[in-house]
Amino acid sequence: MRLEYFEMIDRVTSREEARLVAEARVPEASPVFEGHFPGFPLLPGVLMVETMAQACGWLMLARSGFTRMALLAKVGEAKMRGMVKPGAILTVTAELIHDGSGYAVLKGILADGNTRVAEAELTLRTMTFPSPDLEQAVRTRAAAIGLAA
Amino acid sequence: MSQAAPDQTFETIADIIAETANVDRAKITPEAHVINDLGIDSLDFLDIVFEIDKRFGIKVPVEAWTEQVNSGKAPAEQFFVMGPLAERIEELVAAKQA
Repeated sequence: MRLEYFEMIDRVTSREEARLVAEARVPEASPVFEGHFPGFPLLPGVLMVETMAQACGWLMLARSGFTRMALLAKVGEAKMRGMVKPGAILTVTAELIHDGSGYAVLKGILADGNTRVAEAELTLRTMTFPSPDLEQAVRTRAAAIGLAA
Repeated sequence: MSQAAPDQTFETIADIIAETANVDRAKITPEAHVINDLGIDSLDFLDIVFEIDKRFGIKVPVEAWTEQVNSGKAPAEQFFVMGPLAERIEELVAAKQA
């Protein structure tokens, strides 16, 4: 994870037609932890949701052959079940519930070891890339995290 | 699911809209435009389409409809007024069963 750059997913470990699993290593230090919270650093809940959303986004990107990007539109049934501390190695799972026309609904699950720390139902809008530069940047990032483009 | 009668399809869609977008059920008539008359925004419309997809076992082609409207190939009323919308859903259900 590079929290300041919103790069939440480090490595995709498996991908199936409707499921993607990835690894996200919480950094030991980050300016985020200076405020959240002083002397008691925790990964903010909104960044847990973002991490699940990004895993879901990568799944949808891969399903489209990297021709369509995905944008978070709705967070439903979100539960933060546990605290995540610096240095944690998280497993992020994205499961497709429904692939609609111009949108998709997915389940995101975040686990620290065998402990589920967060989950949510996420709705993503899917759309063509607004620019070739962005499409290329996404493909480059996909390759970097081990997701074949 | 089996093909519903036209009136039943309309009633089902109207119920979905009322429940999903918190719209007064009495306002949802066959002549009502889902955006202009019922005040449905794009995010509520996503929720409604998701419910219609699930309830009828179809994939409402919202992107294709929008493209037809934006390119002038079809009037918006063909897809976004309740009566015609129910007819489009019935067509999709029938096409899936064919």
